[in-house]
Amino acid sequence: MGKRNYSLFGPDAARAVESGLTAAEWYHTEVPRKVMKDLMARSDAPAIRDTIILYGSMILLAGIGIALWPSWWSAPFWLAYGVLYGSASDSRWHECGHGTAFRTPWMNNVVYEIASFMIMRNSATWRWSHARHHSETYFVGRDPEIAVMRPPEVAKLVLNFFGILDVIAFIPRILRNAVSGPTPEERTYVPQSEWGKVQRVAIVYVAIYAATIGLAVWMGSILPLMVIGLPRMYGAWHHVMTGLLQHGGLADNVVDHRLNSRTVYMNPISRFIYWNMNYHVEHHMFPMVPYHALPRLHEIIKDDLPPPNRSIAEAFREMWPAILRQVRNEDYFLKRALPPTAKPYREDFHQYVPGMMRPAAAE
Amino acid sequence: MPWIDACSTDDIDAEDLIRWDHAGQTFAIYHSPEGEFFATAGLCTHEQVHLCDGLVMGHLIECPKHNGQFDYRTGEAKRAPVCVNLRTFPVKVEGDRVFVEVA
Ligand code: FES
Repeated sequence: MGKRNYSLFGPDAARAVESGLTAAEWYHTEVPRKVMKDLMARSDAPAIRDTIILYGSMILLAGIGIALWPSWWSAPFWLAYGVLYGSASDSRWHECGHGTAFRTPWMNNVVYEIASFMIMRNSATWRWSHARHHSETYFVGRDPEIAVMRPPEVAKLVLNFFGILDVIAFIPRILRNAVSGPTPEERTYVPQSEWGKVQRVAIVYVAIYAATIGLAVWMGSILPLMVIGLPRMYGAWHHVMTGLLQHGGLADNVVDHRLNSRTVYMNPISRFIYWNMNYHVEHHMFPMVPYHALPRLHEIIKDDLPPPNRSIAEAFREMWPAILRQVRNEDYFLKRALPPTAKPYREDFHQYVPGMMRPAAAE
Repeated sequence: MPWIDACSTDDIDAEDLIRWDHAGQTFAIYHSPEGEFFATAGLCTHEQVHLCDGLVMGHLIECPKHNGQFDYRTGEAKRAPVCVNLRTFPVKVEGDRVFVEVA
């Protein structure tokens, strides 16, 4: 049993509020207003292009997969389709949930709804949990989206590369939402005015899955589930891989995203799937900057941030040993050096948080 | 209700806003794309974040923290996660000065 209690009703949640952590102001790199306005500007063109590529590829890949089914020759097409369904939907859900992907609101909403369904998140619930993840990123007991809880359970992390735990958690939750609206925990962050919507969305999801399963039974084949549902498992690995890198092995209970988030340079295919969220420190510092402007933002503020990891592999080499060390010592975290050009971390600011900034734990 | 001289019309670019503090209260003053001026409470109704770092798009102000949106002319909450409307204040322009009627 670890020291940290991640329950939204637990003692750590109360302590985060009492200590002033939840009310504290986050560190921001100074960016002139004119430059920031330019970076925040919305446009439809990049996201329309990417969405056509994404859905066009999915239709093509699933079409070939169906045509070649049940031959093993269909496997590579399913694997590629699965990554677009079970991983690219995570970044589309995320960026459209922020409303920054497109300039036109209905376009954000349509892609958000489709992506929420594919990634198995109730679209009316997760918008709110993500708002909390931004206000209180990695505050123990307050952030409902902590991917690596300490001490880490490595077996669980590995299982989730195939979406197993997410799907197991999703099924009872969506059935419960369909029958009686949000769960008690969800009610702590979803405003009451939205509870009816949570239930309506859940009913639609359950109906689609019921129809898919019904078709599979009628056909005597899992083929319909290869198109809808199962790719959330066989294609989840990419979003789990990139998602772990966002905050894994770094500090919790701090108000400086340079301490709890990680920017990683990635290959262009991963960046397309992940929609540039590899610039994760930048995204957390300035959530209003659309995905397509994050590389520009990175260039502008990088001298104030820890050096980015050079590749996914290099980032894993840094993170994985830290996660394994946290299994034995949950207070351990990586504290990355800042370049000389950066404003130093405000050690005094984090002193009041239990467990933070003790030199013995940090490295 | 007093009209207070808040700023010059040149202080705010078109389709932008500034923060204005007065008598212990904080406000946001907007310059619409059509050249009109508006004023609202300065803090988002979701989590008390100052709107001055946000983005004006047409007649909407988007909060910098979670991208909630308000119509700054009416204060109406337009996009989750904001659900409570923003308070608005009357504005008049005399010469090149912007006046806000603070309550
Ligand atoms: S603080 Fe403004 S939207 Fe959350």
